[in-house]
Amino acid sequence: MNWHSVRAVYHHEMARFFRTIWQSLASPVLSTVLYFVVFGAAIGGRIQSVEGVAYGAFIVPGLMMLTVLQQSVSNASFGIYFPKFSGTIYEYLVAPTGWIEVTLGFVGAAASKAVLIAMVILLTSFWFNGVHIAHPVWMMAFLFLTAIAFSLLGFIIGLWAKSFEQLQIVPMMVITPLVFLGGAFYSASMLPPFWEGVAKLNPVLYLISGFRWAFFDLADVPVGMSLVAVALMIVVCMAAIRWIFLTGWRLRE
Amino acid sequence: MSAIIEIDHLSKRYGSGTAALNGVSLKINEGEILALLGPNGAGKTTMISIICGLVTPTGGTVRVGGHDIRTDWRAARKLIGLVPQEIALEPFEKVIDCVRFTRGLYGAGPDEAYIEKLLRSLALWDKRDARTRELSGGMKRRVLIAKALSHRPKVLFLDEPTAGVDVALRREMWSVVRDLSADGVTIILTTHYLEEAEDMADRIGVINRGELLLVKPKAELMGEFGKKHLTIDLYEPLSELPHSLAERGLTLSKDGLTLGYDYDTRADRTGIARLLGDLTQHGIAVRDVATKQSNLEEIFMSLVADKPEEATA
Ligand SMILES: Nc1ncnc2c1ncn2[C@@H]1O[C@H](COP(=O)(O)OP(=O)(O)O)[C@@H](O)[C@H]1O
Ligand SMILES: [Mg+2]
Repeated sequence: MNWHSVRAVYHHEMARFFRTIWQSLASPVLSTVLYFVVFGAAIGGRIQSVEGVAYGAFIVPGLMMLTVLQQSVSNASFGIYFPKFSGTIYEYLVAPTGWIEVTLGFVGAAASKAVLIAMVILLTSFWFNGVHIAHPVWMMAFLFLTAIAFSLLGFIIGLWAKSFEQLQIVPMMVITPLVFLGGAFYSASMLPPFWEGVAKLNPVLYLISGFRWAFFDLADVPVGMSLVAVALMIVVCMAAIRWIFLTGWRLRE
Repeated sequence: MSAIIEIDHLSKRYGSGTAALNGVSLKINEGEILALLGPNGAGKTTMISIICGLVTPTGGTVRVGGHDIRTDWRAARKLIGLVPQEIALEPFEKVIDCVRFTRGLYGAGPDEAYIEKLLRSLALWDKRDARTRELSGGMKRRVLIAKALSHRPKVLFLDEPTAGVDVALRREMWSVVRDLSADGVTIILTTHYLEEAEDMADRIGVINRGELLLVKPKAELMGEFGKKHLTIDLYEPLSELPHSLAERGLTLSKDGLTLGYDYDTRADRTGIARLLGDLTQHGIAVRDVATKQSNLEEIFMSLVADKPEEATA
């Protein structure tokens, strides 16, 4: 493991983020504010509360998760796709640098950006409605682990993608539906039993549930299951990335 | 001289079925400038890409500084810098950040003094804060060289460093290469500009259809394959060439003032002494003589033409 390599990739990726810091922050914050207004204020006015939590506050963890997932996937996939597109990928392949250093650099940067944006959203939500966090340490832990897991997934998507269309289609067609169906805006217990069972097949539900537990002590599934789900996802994605780099799939002729 | 790169029966067949390299073996000496000369599609880029780790070989081995590129790739690649054929740079990056990044990626700690020296030697220091997209083509190529040298490699690969650049830039590139060589860096460059190989290289390898036809010190190659052309200027114009002279292959220019004679430097007797004697006998007064070595282009053409067309199985 060479930390100079990890640091170089990490800095390089973060520099791009800070070059466009306002665009990077403005769009997720704006869309979150819109969600707060529409779901929190308009609909929340009718729903009142979910399991004792004001609806406006109830959706905060889900919204943060939605953003973290979208940001992680798009940052990491774009981060590795861009050098493929511009041709500078050759440097990563000829450097005396292993897959683990390159992955840590890219994924670390993508996850950092996603966590930063999620924190800005959290601050925004404090301003909308005072959110109380029951387990702040666990909240941060879930936030980081989820960001890492989905940055790994995004990294794989970027390695796989051969065009900008492919780069965008997975987040749009897969991630966003999974988040909406994963209970970002409702509790799975609000569904009829059959659909509750179906919803529990969705891995994202476990992440949102664990995250919401850290806020309100409320969970759709046991917290341990949430931890296992995120750990499992990290392990599977790492194994896939290792395989891609060692075989050179879509990287080497 | 010890070999810094040992290539042994290297082969590559692409997924598409193209056999780009067919069992190439070659030793590259430490400190030399080797030019790989060959037409488009000869397999030059494939060979470089395998050594650098961009392409997986289908057969054979390569050792760099004694390290196998497959089993001991970290040690092998630390010794290598690559300037690819296509210019690829991140457009919004500053020149100096590009170079710092590559150094870090290669696992080397920061060394601002070295980076300054490197940028100065490539005439990029004044442009260190420019974004790469603002640079001219020649400068971009030099940024790529600076990146490739940022971790102080012992071997530098330059894949067609002067393709598509004008004469002035080409000369500038050559002087950069000579300076690097003077610093002790082993340089392997590919080119299909023959004058480039002729001007720069210590040794020349001729590659065609995935096969290394020969590798020779430049002087030897020129000597062996070089035909020389003798030009004889006359005081008085000749209206016609005496029959005995014409028979020996001598030619007369239109104005009758110059005689031409092609001969092979490999031949035991070039026949020049007798030729000059014969001229005197015929009362032809010689004003001046000059010889010219044929250039690599002609050598190359004769080599490739000599090679019988092989079945492209
Ligand atoms: N990625 C690739 N996939 C399939 N064939 C390739 C690829 N790269 C090169 N080739 C083929 O391999 C041969 C050698 O190409 P290359 O090494 O680029 O030659 P050169 O650099 O001497 O011009 C050519 O026939 C080329 O078409
Ligand atoms: Mg080439």
